[in-house]
Amino acid sequence: MIPEFGHFALILALCLSVLLCSVPLWGAWRGNATAMALAPNLAIGILVFSAISFACLTWAFMQDDFSVEVVANNSNSLLPWYYKFSAVWGNHEGSLLLWILVLALWTCAVAIFSPQLPLVMLARVLAVMGFVGVGFMAFSLFTSNPFARLLPGTPMDGQDLNPLLQDFGLIIHPPLLYMGYVGFSVAFAFAIAALLGGRLDAAWARWSRPWTNVAWAFLTLGIMLGSWWAYYELGWGGWWFWDPVENASFMPWLAGTALIHSLAATEKRGLFKSWTVLLAIFAFSLSLLGTFLVRSGVLTSVHAFATDPARGLFILVFLGIVVGGSLILYALRAPAVSSRVGFAWLSRESLLLVNNVIFLVATLTVLFGTLFPLLMDALGQGKYSVGPPYFNAVFVPLMALLMPFMGIGPLSRWKQDSASRWRAELLLPAIATAVCALTLPLLHDGDYNLWVALAILLAGWVVFGMLRDLANRLRNASSVAAGLRRLAPSYWGMFVAHLGFAITVIGVVVTSQFNIEHDLKMTPGTSDTLAGYEFRFLDVRGVRGPNYVADEARFIVYRDGREVVRLAPQKRRYLASGDVMTEAAIDDGLFRDLFIAMGEPVGSEGAWAIRLHYKPFVRWMWAGSVLMALGAFVTVADKRYRRQRSVAREALRQGGVSGAQA
Amino acid sequence: MNRLLTATLALWMLLLGLPAAAVIETYEFSEPALEKRYRELSQELRCPKCQNQNIADSNAPISQDLRRLLHQQLEAGASDQEILEFMVARYGEFVRYRPAFNAATAVLWLAPVLLLLAGAAGLLLLLRGRKPSPATLDSDEQARLANLLQSAEKDA
Amino acid sequence: MAPRLKLFLPLILFAVLAAFLFRGLSLDPTALPSALIDRPLPDFQLTALADDRPLTRDDVIGEPALFNVWATWCISCRVEHPYLQQLADSGVPIYGINYKDEDGAARRWLRDLGNPYRANIVDREGTLGVDLGVYGAPETYLVDAAGVIRYRHVGVIDERVWRDTLEPLWREILALETSP
Repeated sequence: MIPEFGHFALILALCLSVLLCSVPLWGAWRGNATAMALAPNLAIGILVFSAISFACLTWAFMQDDFSVEVVANNSNSLLPWYYKFSAVWGNHEGSLLLWILVLALWTCAVAIFSPQLPLVMLARVLAVMGFVGVGFMAFSLFTSNPFARLLPGTPMDGQDLNPLLQDFGLIIHPPLLYMGYVGFSVAFAFAIAALLGGRLDAAWARWSRPWTNVAWAFLTLGIMLGSWWAYYELGWGGWWFWDPVENASFMPWLAGTALIHSLAATEKRGLFKSWTVLLAIFAFSLSLLGTFLVRSGVLTSVHAFATDPARGLFILVFLGIVVGGSLILYALRAPAVSSRVGFAWLSRESLLLVNNVIFLVATLTVLFGTLFPLLMDALGQGKYSVGPPYFNAVFVPLMALLMPFMGIGPLSRWKQDSASRWRAELLLPAIATAVCALTLPLLHDGDYNLWVALAILLAGWVVFGMLRDLANRLRNASSVAAGLRRLAPSYWGMFVAHLGFAITVIGVVVTSQFNIEHDLKMTPGTSDTLAGYEFRFLDVRGVRGPNYVADEARFIVYRDGREVVRLAPQKRRYLASGDVMTEAAIDDGLFRDLFIAMGEPVGSEGAWAIRLHYKPFVRWMWAGSVLMALGAFVTVADKRYRRQRSVAREALRQGGVSGAQA
Repeated sequence: MNRLLTATLALWMLLLGLPAAAVIETYEFSEPALEKRYRELSQELRCPKCQNQNIADSNAPISQDLRRLLHQQLEAGASDQEILEFMVARYGEFVRYRPAFNAATAVLWLAPVLLLLAGAAGLLLLLRGRKPSPATLDSDEQARLANLLQSAEKDA
Repeated sequence: MAPRLKLFLPLILFAVLAAFLFRGLSLDPTALPSALIDRPLPDFQLTALADDRPLTRDDVIGEPALFNVWATWCISCRVEHPYLQQLADSGVPIYGINYKDEDGAARRWLRDLGNPYRANIVDREGTLGVDLGVYGAPETYLVDAAGVIRYRHVGVIDERVWRDTLEPLWREILALETSP
């Protein structure tokens, strides 16, 4: 009965969404305040029913209701309760329901936290989000109903959750990723609402900027968790594979990065309005495209959902309506003539434009590389593969090109700056960077690695440039502490995010260059040494988990004769599915990870194929990403938004716009 | 018949499915340089049967065969180019994760450069059209300037 | 370009992309055509399953034939076996390539399930398989009288596959042989 209840709640949510995307829009068109004021209430209603629906599916998983098809296919009575919980979104149907819930959350958040927004604007924004909701709820109900029953023929037990997904990272990775993906729908809705209203101004940018930053932060965290999960669960040491599924989340991130920088110029200087609107449409379109790529089966991927061309067609039609419709609106309504606001060649505006060009080129390159096999196949040119060697070859130079500009950005001035000032300001950072790039690589066993030196050069340039700017800002303060306190959260956010980017770059390059991997046959009692760490293989014993049995190898790692850590990698066999899984053992550290994975038993003397990894600085990659996300979260705390919002509201009041009191 | 076929296909798909167990093989190499090339090539060659995996990470029988072949050829002194040609002659361009540069793939390899050039050209055009604004400010700009100065003061 | 027209550019690009994506829905990204289409069947020096006598390329070409890659460990091979028998009975010459298998098991299979093959090439190490670009069993190659590979089918052959895909090609090859 409960699953039917959930099904019914989802249908109700769909009905409310249909109302949300029509009535307030009509109200905005006719100037009917009552119709417009309905929007926030509808948003709350949609959240309530989506949440009920989601709770019902969760209940079915927790209660092992194997008469529900997705439960039977993706859960098992032996599964620990927290994996039963995460199994809700470990499949196509359930993850779609999660998407719907997250969209309802964002819609409701916009409805609740935007009291300053003019009612007309709020009505339009919520209507656009309601329309997106209609699409996804219809997609769920008509092609991928999560509540479908297996009656008669209910199995005794479920087929179990894919062992790869039985992991802590997979409990939180999809929700965070979806918060990011779907979060861009807010920026999109603001852009469409602005186009509909014909009001593309700085106020629009100011309203949508905090939302965009938060969505971007969630997406950053989601991607980071995915990479981390791949590192210890899937990749046996690898952390990014340029798989279509990864690219599907990375493309919106790249476009979103361009967007949050472009929004800064639009908000502060009223520049690039059409461009920023286009980026907002682009970022969300890529989110939708990602959904299409992952769920339609047009590309092969290691971890795509079970695919189905009928579902693909549904999303493609929806994609066509949403993206095609918004681009038509854009072509008709965006201001064709650029604003008269001027700025010089050397100015912060120019640098932000450089950021936009590079990130857009990066996005399009990843998009083109991902779709290239499909394009060639469609043109009858044969089958091609585009993989990591291509993406690394094109992506790394683009990022290297970005960073010199990134170092100047924070201390550059709006409107007009001068080369002589830049020279004066950046001389010291340049020297400090050069010294670091020349000396720091030598710390690694004295062998001077050019790639690492280049990474330090670029990352150092970014960091020292910002430090110089910070020093300038603190110069006139009575004390350092007082000066630091006076810095705005938006400044801190930028500082932390850029710092995080530099740290990520260092992590990626150092771990790629200095990674050591040994694949070897080891018998208990023997040991192997890499990077000064002695890995001693003690023995292998059988262990039993809640829903699996495993061979567990025990290792002790020594350095200079002292014990560093005990590690116990496992080779698991899951009881329900019979799947065999490698569970790596990792000792993580700020400067290095030690990583052991088990292969197959070799020969008759109890020997095993063992993989040992020494991965320096691998944590920096994820730590940097966390800082980037943190920075984006911090910007939202900026009081400026609140102040300027009330100013905007004042201005609207005086302009006599009715209904602004919503 | 049809049901049996469906079941077989389903089983086949299952076998193709997600990778689960680490591939760890212990080939002996006569010199370390060969091992390095082995690692690089095995990551650049795509398993023809799998869902987007290189032969280094895939447990499929065909990947095991190709790894063994790769090892043999490296030890026999084949160059990277020869090995890639050998593989492409049998399994098609599909096995290369780094598509060869030729007439068909030129657009792929040149795309980033062309896009970047287009972006740079667009940027230059835009910047040339925008001289720093005239010395006189209109009232709107005056207001914004005041606003800016105020926030700059606050930031400083 | 007029300023307004410029704004239509994203829409046009998206329309092109959408057309490709739509086309992509009816393509199978996992289907991999053989790299040896219109190329000669590779040379080999192997033995025959029936009597362990040497078997070379010259022994098996001369008339259009199917070359079926099979093994006793391959579940799908068992599925397609009856249909192959039916084809052989209707007069289609089929050669087997016994791929990475054990001779004893293979002989037992043929004895128990019937033998649709003119001859079986024993490819124990999979060397011929590699030269053919085989990536799993079953696979079936359509080879003409000159020994040129004309088509490869990956997976089970059943009545539908034969009728829709293979038979038209087969008739084409036969027609080519009989016409001067």
